[in-house]
Amino acid sequence: MEIVLISLLNGLVYGMLLFMLASGLTLIFSMMGVLNFAHASIYMIGAYLAFTVSQVLGFFPALIIAPILCGLLGAAIEIYGLRRVHHNGHIAELLFTFGLVFIIQRGVQMTWGMLPMAYRVPAILDFPLFTVYGANFPAYRGFMLLISAGMLLATWLLLKKTRIGLIIQAALTHPQMASSLGHNVPMVFTIVFAGGCLLAGLAGVIGGNYQTTEPGMAEAMGPIVFVVVVFGGLGSLAGCFIASIVMGVIQTFAVVIDYSFIDFLKPLGISVTADNLLTEILTVPVARIGALLPFAMMILILLFRPRGLLGTRDT
Amino acid sequence: MTKSLCRLFCGVAVLGLLFAGRPATAEDTIKIGYVDPFSGPFASGGDEFLKIFKVLFDRQNAKGGALGKKFELVPFDDKLQPAEALIALKNITDQNIPFIMQCTGSNVGAALIDGVSKHNARNPDNRVLYLNCGALATELTNEKCDFWQFRFAGNVEMRAAARIKSLPKDVTKVYLLNQDYLFGQSIQHDTKKWLEKLRPDIQIVGDELMPFGKVQDFSSYVTKIKASGAQSVLTGNYNRDLNLLIKAAVDAGLDVRFDTYLAHLIGGPTAIGAAGENRLTSVYEYSGNVPVDLKVADAEKFGTDWRSSHETDFSTLNFMTMLDMLAKAIDKAGSTDALKVALALEDMHTKDMVGQENIMRKEDHQLLMPYYVGVFSKDVKYDSEHTGFGWKTVMTASAAELTLPTVCKMKRPAS
Repeated sequence: MEIVLISLLNGLVYGMLLFMLASGLTLIFSMMGVLNFAHASIYMIGAYLAFTVSQVLGFFPALIIAPILCGLLGAAIEIYGLRRVHHNGHIAELLFTFGLVFIIQRGVQMTWGMLPMAYRVPAILDFPLFTVYGANFPAYRGFMLLISAGMLLATWLLLKKTRIGLIIQAALTHPQMASSLGHNVPMVFTIVFAGGCLLAGLAGVIGGNYQTTEPGMAEAMGPIVFVVVVFGGLGSLAGCFIASIVMGVIQTFAVVIDYSFIDFLKPLGISVTADNLLTEILTVPVARIGALLPFAMMILILLFRPRGLLGTRDT
Repeated sequence: MTKSLCRLFCGVAVLGLLFAGRPATAEDTIKIGYVDPFSGPFASGGDEFLKIFKVLFDRQNAKGGALGKKFELVPFDDKLQPAEALIALKNITDQNIPFIMQCTGSNVGAALIDGVSKHNARNPDNRVLYLNCGALATELTNEKCDFWQFRFAGNVEMRAAARIKSLPKDVTKVYLLNQDYLFGQSIQHDTKKWLEKLRPDIQIVGDELMPFGKVQDFSSYVTKIKASGAQSVLTGNYNRDLNLLIKAAVDAGLDVRFDTYLAHLIGGPTAIGAAGENRLTSVYEYSGNVPVDLKVADAEKFGTDWRSSHETDFSTLNFMTMLDMLAKAIDKAGSTDALKVALALEDMHTKDMVGQENIMRKEDHQLLMPYYVGVFSKDVKYDSEHTGFGWKTVMTASAAELTLPTVCKMKRPAS
């Protein structure tokens, strides 16, 4: 029982971090039709910038400054890069962001070196928030939940309740019409791209000391974020939210399941004794293949519901 | 058409000039081809080793090199992939470089043993010697042993023996957590073997393999470890997989020891920091505090010189021993011929920088060397990576203690 509760909490924290990354990616995709490969790289830059800024000014100023810098970087990428390759079609844009991944990776290695940074949780948040069945729930994880929930609320309010949100939604579905009505659609694109990068940067700030800040962090986070976006439905913020939480919880739960497929078959009266390839697959505990589950789920959803959980279009 | 042809010729001409411009000193040095990852996710390790070798080569050359010639390091990037390493091997043999050295990855090591063995059988007049300085899987000097490979690093089983020997008497419940690939499984296997042999009183309350480098949140593992009632987590994890595990354990208030194999690797102390104080242990070849304990002033000075110009620690004493032995063997053989050097290396006894005995065993070409087990502590003269914490040696296992039986049946060349 206690394992369930603790895993649920931790899964929630991880899921919210995923959502912060994936929401920006899905917004950018739905607006510009570009799957931004460099999104996780921005997350990494966010963590590194937060580390550097926090060395000088402390963690809380870094919490604000680093995401803003990431947003500015995003705006620059959109204006000077993506917009120029835009007229060459989506493939060109895709390749552009793909190239960016390598450049950022190398740039980070050259600037900060190859070793992990000593980016730590601020002392003021470094205490156990509460104890469940003898296991501490760290305050910093609570803080992460708070930040990501606040971000979720802010994004929702911005998109649904403000004028700029209205224009963004209009440009999302009817770019020509929004443009004819006198709205600056390219600027809306820039804002969305910068906003997405800002969210990724924010995720980097709070994810960098929750995990470790090192050159491999983008590579570790990249694939799972794509899985979340595809699973939730490209372009759907609500779907993205559900998918993030589901993936977060599944990954933390898989680890504590010591059963293998064979244990599920036993009550049905099926038992495998022969030593063949099938036995190997059936007897491997779920915990050992937990990290594969999100990818397996993505394949299933692509096969049976290609638009994703709450996606609106088949792509 | 003519334009493109012209471009082609111009290009070829420029390339030709580039090659013609290479220094003509090639024949005056003893070249060692060095294959390791310098790009990709494991580049940090290769990059660091390259810095270490630069210092060690300078040191060896200052001592006179071998046969009156200086050593020269020629690096090749293998991206930690066997196929790339074999391409590098081809390059090395094409350039008539007599030595190939490789320090990361047992999968690459296995491929090189095979590649070098085949090459030497086919080209007896252009043989190459494989100096293994860090492919650790036990089988490379057992089932897979080869005459042309010399391993200058303790294999997994030697480390496991030292690891288990150092466990305190009051530890009775351990949890094994390892990465799900060749090295992790090798650690898991040898750890269990030596637990059974040396500490039958210890109960294994958890034995788990986790996906290599894929886990983002270790809190569920921590919950499991806590539920198991383990006093110690015995793990071969390193880099990210170790740092995140210890971080999650500290966050959850899990009070256990972490008895690791590789926590001392570069970046580990920085990432773990105070979280590991007095409960993180590791098995290492060397640390800055070893010469302090053994009172060897020269070695201590080498360490302080290193610290003054590097952010990281010097912990690979076996690399230095390797170069010492190689220089000695080349001098003894009177040439860089792979076969003569190999015969000179066999059964060579030498003292390392701190005066400990090292022996290159003839039967399996495994260097018998001492290992140290240390705890991450504030109570040290030299800290690690400027964290304020360093490795305090709690146990030393000598080369004689770590002389384990081998099943190697080597096919020797008919000289």
